Amino acid sequence: MSKLKILTKGFFKENPSLILVLGTCPTLAVTTSVNNALGMGAATTFVLLMSNILISALKNVIPDKVRIPCYIVIIATFVSMIDLLIQGFVPALSASLGVFIPLIVVNCIVLGRAEAFANKNSVGDSALDGLGMGVGFTISLVLIAMVREILGAGSFMGHAFIPSDYNILIFVLAPGAFLVFGFIMALVRHLVNKIEEKRKAKCCVK
Amino acid sequence: MNKLLNVSGSPHVHSDDSVQKIMWSVVLALVPAFLVSIFYFGLPVIILTCVSVGCCMLFEYLIQRFIMHVEPTITDGSAAVTGMLLAFNVPANLPIWMLVIGALVAIGVAKMPFGGLGHNPFNPALVARVFMLISFPVAMTTWPVPTPVWGFADAVTGPTPLGILKESANLDMSQMPTYANMLLGQMGGSFGEVSAIALLIGAGFLMWRRIISWHIPVAFILTVFVFSGIFWLIDPTQYASPFFHIFTGGIILGACFMATDMVTSPTAKSGMLVFGCGCGLLTIIIRLFGSYPEGVSFSILIMNALVPLINKGFKPKTYAK
Repeated sequence: MSKLKILTKGFFKENPSLILVLGTCPTLAVTTSVNNALGMGAATTFVLLMSNILISALKNVIPDKVRIPCYIVIIATFVSMIDLLIQGFVPALSASLGVFIPLIVVNCIVLGRAEAFANKNSVGDSALDGLGMGVGFTISLVLIAMVREILGAGSFMGHAFIPSDYNILIFVLAPGAFLVFGFIMALVRHLVNKIEEKRKAKCCVK
Repeated sequence: MNKLLNVSGSPHVHSDDSVQKIMWSVVLALVPAFLVSIFYFGLPVIILTCVSVGCCMLFEYLIQRFIMHVEPTITDGSAAVTGMLLAFNVPANLPIWMLVIGALVAIGVAKMPFGGLGHNPFNPALVARVFMLISFPVAMTTWPVPTPVWGFADAVTGPTPLGILKESANLDMSQMPTYANMLLGQMGGSFGEVSAIALLIGAGFLMWRRIISWHIPVAFILTVFVFSGIFWLIDPTQYASPFFHIFTGGIILGACFMATDMVTSPTAKSGMLVFGCGCGLLTIIIRLFGSYPEGVSFSILIMNALVPLINKGFKPKTYAK
């Protein structure tokens, strides 16, 4: 697998939340506004990148039998760091994301990439994988948050442009999250399948 | 001669029922209630119903033609029934664009993504109603006062009987419409649900045509009667009488037209009874203890979700066994 592919596969083809359906809880919970989605995506990307690097570097040191607790300790370290950083420098974001920043520890994406990728591959590849997955997660969060914020709150990144009489409230509530998540998931899968088909058709013609 | 030599598998005897026939019969059965609401709420009823039916059929056509790439089947009337039931479930002064969104949700979210007619687990009209109730809480609970004159009736608004019941601490029947008015439809509410008599005429027609069986409506209404009656007997100063519960809100409309939807209700007669009882029980629980004054749509949707389970437990009797 080429280096570029390791990086880009997380964007759409193996998008963690839309294709692999990991990390559904933050995907549904923090996507009420684009700002929240960006903040959550950035925090998760940082944790993914750093934990992938460290776990990959330590893969020969960590005993196989206790690897999950070790991964969790590593992940929790980085989550505590990013949690304190956000509290210190962007208190508004910390207030609106609340408990979901500490909860990155139990996000399936982070542990999933550690298990599936970082403990078998080199440090460089793991870093690219973590970065790609993090960016893919951010893309999906922002996509969902965009639809939800525009339809539900009539605004984009906090700038209201639709009068509040025309807001469809359900989209900022939990049921709207499930609806938007499902439809975007279907759309992205459809597009990914279509691209795959085209690629296959091309290589067969050759 | 050719006809005699045809070899085919069973069944050999067909009834002349078809989807079209059933759906247009349901539309016909809804006409009495439609006429009564025109009498009470005037022109907006006609506009809203036409918009709702038109939008549902249009969305179904567009989705089938351009997204699913199949032959459009809008002439089967199922979209028209959905549109009509959806319109019956809203206040007569609802802004039209909200109803258009409701129609889009009914067809584009509740029906077509599952595969269209026959595959939807939830009643599309009710999904759209609940969607609108959550999205537009103010517009969906501002009820025009029924005035038996022609013209726009959206000048005066008032609460529904169930709304009064939920708001007031003590039960005060003097604020409530009389039972005669409840039967005829002289009370606040979604415009299709107000007249019990007109709805029962329609339901009777459907039962006579054997399109719906009596099991779900009777189980539903009887459960509501018994369950609310128990509370009424315990403390008549705090809980309304069972008759009040049956004739207000959407019980008759829900029990006869929504819960009996062939796609989203159990197949076996015994399962239908369980389904109806569940709907009735949940409705009264929501009405008495929930935060919403009316629970018919929620209870039917919850029971819709349980239909596969009910079908597993209550299988229809195999023919000739």
